[in-house]
Amino acid sequence: MFVFIIRRLIQCVIVLLTVSLLCFILFQFAGDPVVNMAGKYATIEDIERVRSSLGLDKPFYVQYIRFIGNAAQGNFGMSYVSKMPTLELILERLPATVELAMTAMCIAFIAGVFLGVLVSLKPHSVFSRSIMALSLGGISIPTFLMGILLIMVFAVWLGVLPPFGRGETVNLGFWRSGLITVEGLKHIILPAMTLAMFQLAVLLRLTRGSMREILTEEYVVTAWAKGLPPLKVIFKHALRNALIPVITIAGLQIGEMIAFSIVTETIFQWPGMGNLLVRSIFETDNPVLVTYIMLAALIILAINLVVDILYAYLNPKIRYE
Amino acid sequence: MNMKVKPNTNLLDVKGMKIHFHSSEGVAKAVDGISFHLDRGEVLGIVGESGCGKSVTAKSIMRLIPTPPGKIAAGQIIFDGTDLLKLSIQQMRRIRGNRIAMIFQEPMTSLNPVFTIGDQISEMFILHRGLRRKQALEQAVEMLAKVQIPEPCKRSREYPHQLSGGMRQRAMIAMALACDPQILIADEPTTALDVTIQAQIIDLMLQLKEDFHTSIIMITHDLGVIAEIAQTVAVMYAGKIVEQAPAVDLFDRASHPYTQGLLKSIPKLGRRAAKGRCDLSEIPGIVPSLYRLPQGCSFYPRCEKAHAVCNSLMPDLHSVSEHHRVRCWLYADKGKRKD
Repeated sequence: MFVFIIRRLIQCVIVLLTVSLLCFILFQFAGDPVVNMAGKYATIEDIERVRSSLGLDKPFYVQYIRFIGNAAQGNFGMSYVSKMPTLELILERLPATVELAMTAMCIAFIAGVFLGVLVSLKPHSVFSRSIMALSLGGISIPTFLMGILLIMVFAVWLGVLPPFGRGETVNLGFWRSGLITVEGLKHIILPAMTLAMFQLAVLLRLTRGSMREILTEEYVVTAWAKGLPPLKVIFKHALRNALIPVITIAGLQIGEMIAFSIVTETIFQWPGMGNLLVRSIFETDNPVLVTYIMLAALIILAINLVVDILYAYLNPKIRYE
Repeated sequence: MNMKVKPNTNLLDVKGMKIHFHSSEGVAKAVDGISFHLDRGEVLGIVGESGCGKSVTAKSIMRLIPTPPGKIAAGQIIFDGTDLLKLSIQQMRRIRGNRIAMIFQEPMTSLNPVFTIGDQISEMFILHRGLRRKQALEQAVEMLAKVQIPEPCKRSREYPHQLSGGMRQRAMIAMALACDPQILIADEPTTALDVTIQAQIIDLMLQLKEDFHTSIIMITHDLGVIAEIAQTVAVMYAGKIVEQAPAVDLFDRASHPYTQGLLKSIPKLGRRAAKGRCDLSEIPGIVPSLYRLPQGCSFYPRCEKAHAVCNSLMPDLHSVSEHHRVRCWLYADKGKRKD
C-alpha cells in the first residue's frame, strides 16, 4: 500500500507538470494581457515597458522555468488585475466552493444511492418507473435551467429560500464557513440542489443497475438462506458489492464539482472559485487562470487517490501490492 | 427456540408441492406435485438432469423462490409439525439458517467476496444465538476447525478469493452447520469441485452428519455421489418424481426407463481397455420445455419402452415393492392398462 501511494504521488507530479506546460502553451495564444493592462491610450513604448516589467518579453521557456521554480515554492504569481497573489485570491474563495460541492455531493450520493437501491428492489412498480423517468429529467435538464427553475419555485413563488449569495459566514481562522449559520444554510440549499441534480440522477441509475445485477448473485441467496433480515441482506451484503463501481464515479464527480461548478456559481452569485474563474477569463488574467487550472488538477488528483484507497478497502480482491 | 420432540421420526414432509413460474411465454410448471419425506438422521438424494426442478424444490423448502415470477401454487411443507408455507416471513427467518440450512453448488460465488470468511460465519452466531461479535468470531474459528480447515484462525481473517474451491466449500459447510440445523440442504455441493476434492467433501459431510445429527437432502445429477451418501433416492424428471426407492434398491433394481437410462449412461472406467472404443450409452432426445410438456408421460418422447397409453395419460406412482415406487405404465396393474 505504501509503495502504491508513493508511486501515485510521483505520477501526480508528472501530471501536474504536463498540465502546467499545456496551460502555458495555450495562453501564449490566448490574447495579450498587456494590451488590456496598459490601458486604451498607451503608446507602444508604454506597452513594451509593461511587458518587460512583467517579464513577458523573455522567451517562452524562460518564462515557464521561472514559473515552475516559483510555483514549487508556493508562489504562483500576481493577478494582473487585482495585483494580489493569485493563490491567495483563489484560496480565499475555495471554502465557498468546497462547501457547495461537498453539500451537493452529500445530497447526490445519499439520495442517489438510496433511491437507486429502492428502485432496484421493485424495478417494475409504479414508484420505480416514476423515479426512473424523473432521473432522465435530472440527466437531460441543463444546470442553468435547473437553477432558474429552482429559483422560480422556491425563491419567487414560494419565497422560502434566498435566490442568490452565500448569506452570513463565520471566519474560523483559515476557513470562512457558511454552514454554521442558519442564513448560510438557507442560502446553500438551492445552489447545492442545482449542482447535485445531475450527479444524483447519474448515481441513481448507476446504483440501480449495479444492485439489480448483484441481487441475482448466489451470495445474496446465501444471505437470505442464513435467515438475515432484509435490511442486512440489501444494505450489507448486496450494497457493499454494488457500491464498488459507484464509488469510482462519485469520486470523479466530487473533483468535477469543486473544479467546475462555474455555471451554478454564476447563476446564484456564489462567491466561489467558479465565479472568479469566469471573471478572470473576461479580464485575460492569465496568472489566475493558470493557478486555477493547476489547483483544479491537484484537487482532482488528490480525490482520485482517495478513491483508489477507498476502492481497495471496499474490494478486497484489489490490494495494491 | 422451541423444539418439539415428537415420537415419530418424520422430520420433513413435503406433500403435493407445485411450483409455477409465470413469464411472457406462459406458465412453467417447474415442480408439478411432488411428495417426499425425510426422517431424522436420514440422507435423501434427489437426482435429475438440469432443469428437472430439483434446485427449485430445494429452494422452495427454504421459501427462497423469488416471487414473482415463481409461486408455490399448491402443497404443504410440514417441518417438525408446522407447515412452512403458512409461516410469516419473520417466523421463516428464524428457521432459515438456524434449523434448516443450505449450501450451494458454486462455492466461488456463494460466499460474499467483500467479507472475510470469519465475518460471514460469525454472522450466523450473532443472528441466531445472539452472541457478541468477538465470541461469534471465536465460534466461527471453531467451526472452521470442525470442517478440517488448517490454520482456522488465519483462514477466518481471509477473503473468499484467497481460498481454494475445496476450502471455500468447507467454509460454506461450516457456515451452514454453525447453528446446528436439523436439516442440511445441499444443492450440488460437489459439482464444481475436482474429483479428489469431491470425495473429501462427501466424507466430511457424512462425518459431520453423525457429529451434528443432521438430516441431509442431497441434490445432484451425479449418481456416484448418491451411491456414496444417500439412504433413499428420489429421481426427478420434468418437475415430477418418477422413481422413489431406497438407494440399494434403486441401484440394483432400477425400474423406470429413465432411471435405467441414467444408470446406463455412466461411463465405466476400464471398459475401453477391455472392449475397445464403443459408443457411450445415452438417453436420446432432450428434456422437454416446461412450457410445452407432452400430454401424457413427460418422458414418453424419449422412452424406449413407450406404449400408446403413455402418449395420452400421465401414469401414477405405482409400488413395485414396499418402499419402491415408480411412475410408469409398465408397473401399473394389468387391469388398468388401456392398451
